[in-house]
Amino acid sequence: MARYALRRLLIAIPTLLAISFIIFALLDLAPSDPTANLPLTIPPEVREKIRLSLGLGEPFVVRYFKWLEQFMINEPLNVLEQWTGWTIGDSENRLRVLSWATRSPVTDLIVERLPQTLWVVGMSYVIAVLIAVPIGVISAYRQYSLFDQIGTFISMLGFSIPTFFTGLLLIVIFSVWLGWLPSIYDTTHVVRDWDSFVFQVKQMLMPTMVLALANASQISRFMRASMLDNLNQDYVRTARAKGLRERVVVLVHVLRNSLIPVVTVIALGVPTIFGGAIITEQIFRVNGIGQLLIIGIEGADIPLVQTLTFIFAILIVVFNLIADLIYGMLDPRIRYD
Amino acid sequence: MTDASLAAQGMTAHRSLWGDVWRQFRAHRGAMVGSAVFLFIVLGVTVGPYIHTVDPQYLNMRARNAGISWDHPFGTDNVGRDMLAQVMAGGRVSLAVGFAAMGVSIVIGALVGVLAGYIRRLDGPLMRLTDLFLALPILPLLLVILLLFRDTLRTLFGPEAGIFLLIVFVIGITSWMQTARIVRGEVLALKEREFVLAAKSIGTRGHRIITRHLLPNVLSPIMVSATIGIANAIITESALSFLGLGFPPDFPTWGRLLFDGKDFMTLTPERVIWPGLAISLTVLSVNFIGDGLRDALDPRIRGR
Repeated sequence: MARYALRRLLIAIPTLLAISFIIFALLDLAPSDPTANLPLTIPPEVREKIRLSLGLGEPFVVRYFKWLEQFMINEPLNVLEQWTGWTIGDSENRLRVLSWATRSPVTDLIVERLPQTLWVVGMSYVIAVLIAVPIGVISAYRQYSLFDQIGTFISMLGFSIPTFFTGLLLIVIFSVWLGWLPSIYDTTHVVRDWDSFVFQVKQMLMPTMVLALANASQISRFMRASMLDNLNQDYVRTARAKGLRERVVVLVHVLRNSLIPVVTVIALGVPTIFGGAIITEQIFRVNGIGQLLIIGIEGADIPLVQTLTFIFAILIVVFNLIADLIYGMLDPRIRYD
Repeated sequence: MTDASLAAQGMTAHRSLWGDVWRQFRAHRGAMVGSAVFLFIVLGVTVGPYIHTVDPQYLNMRARNAGISWDHPFGTDNVGRDMLAQVMAGGRVSLAVGFAAMGVSIVIGALVGVLAGYIRRLDGPLMRLTDLFLALPILPLLLVILLLFRDTLRTLFGPEAGIFLLIVFVIGITSWMQTARIVRGEVLALKEREFVLAAKSIGTRGHRIITRHLLPNVLSPIMVSATIGIANAIITESALSFLGLGFPPDFPTWGRLLFDGKDFMTLTPERVIWPGLAISLTVLSVNFIGDGLRDALDPRIRGR
């Protein structure tokens, strides 16, 4: 197991390097000029100086490795310093990834916006799992019952209707027609007392529900299929023959075994919901990292976009790794060597 | 000879493979309803504009933000354009993107899958490439590619054709991985079978084995992933247009109509409901068709 984990970790490093190269090259070799949006009255030599100040004077390879050093070494050190208050080395003169639009370090922008994303996205994923697991279990236990049929249909709806439509639909119903919930997420809102807490719950309700519905429909399908696989196995018959109560058979014996593949599916789904959150944040005006990405793309802020896209890629690789390792840990039948 | 004559006598009770598939497909209620809905939508966007002959770009300032009426069954937008005509015009583009991107992704996926499965030397590199593509953050990357290459392609092929080609290409090139994995697995199993050995032993060349013996046998998983591919491509295109980075304004697609309509939600909520409903119904029906196809093409289920 340890050897497998180590090997898997070592494979992840070249994958990440390849992805970072693809992202950097794609953004860098693309036919677009960062100074194109500046006024035409700027003389060409000043324009050239602006380009140099953005770091575009160096050859491609040098810029790639500098960006990689800034991203992989300098920025993590800075984050560590901010969290702990230590000073590591020459932190004043350390080169940082600067946003072209705001001239501030990209990492600071991301750290500012990360809590909103984590709250909305994280909460929605927790709710999705809490809804999906019981529905999957009941659907499988009462296969082809009315509950199962309705559940199947709703989950089909859940992954067919795109989040940008469910989001708008909820806004039309609950904000426009009924006027119960605010349609715009207010980030400056601080929870002080009971009333402000209620307001916070109200404004989080719609974005989390939209994401939760989309994710719950997928997870409940996996849960149902996995339960069905296990319900007909011999060990279930043995458990019943031993005289265990039905509740214990289903909720302890079958559920625990069926959760193994579902846990890996849940782990694999984490990075994709960060991607899906881009759209949800845009609908409800949550100023999280998804919205930051859109702002960066609209303003052609290449360093910001590079960094965010690469962070999304890191999330995917890391959660793939976690899913693989969890699977090996939970299921003793899986042997990697 | 006796076999052939027996088969000739039994012509009345003849059951072909595709006949069986069709019979099983018809038994799947969801798939039949899905097919009917999908056919209705396809007919609606292709034939519809000849029945409801209103120019989707015609501005009528006197009838702006109108509700549902006989002249405008879906209402009008803030500059008085007819919504039904726009939804139909947008549907043409969205469906065209869906089919074309699915085609690109299926061709790449099948090619990579067959090559990786059949030629052992290519298996490792091609599968590493597939894993690499699976680890790419698709939506951010799509947005970035659209931003960077939009203007170049616009000047090359014109504003609409350029964006169409770009969107079809980028969706196709980022969605072939699942198909490639499934096809590779099937090919790996198939190439050890006796009929492939027989074909090899009578001197059939590699490319003939692939086209004649392997491809027909991997057709069913390819068909299932093709239906899922259409649904995904339509959703992705709508998402890109919804974020304002897809097709240009005045060129309606369902996602673009949603994007334009969302700022007028308090005034005319119908503007987001119609195109959204069109996207959802299309994707839902395609998913049900895929479900039915999967059951119909699986010989283990078909026997029952």
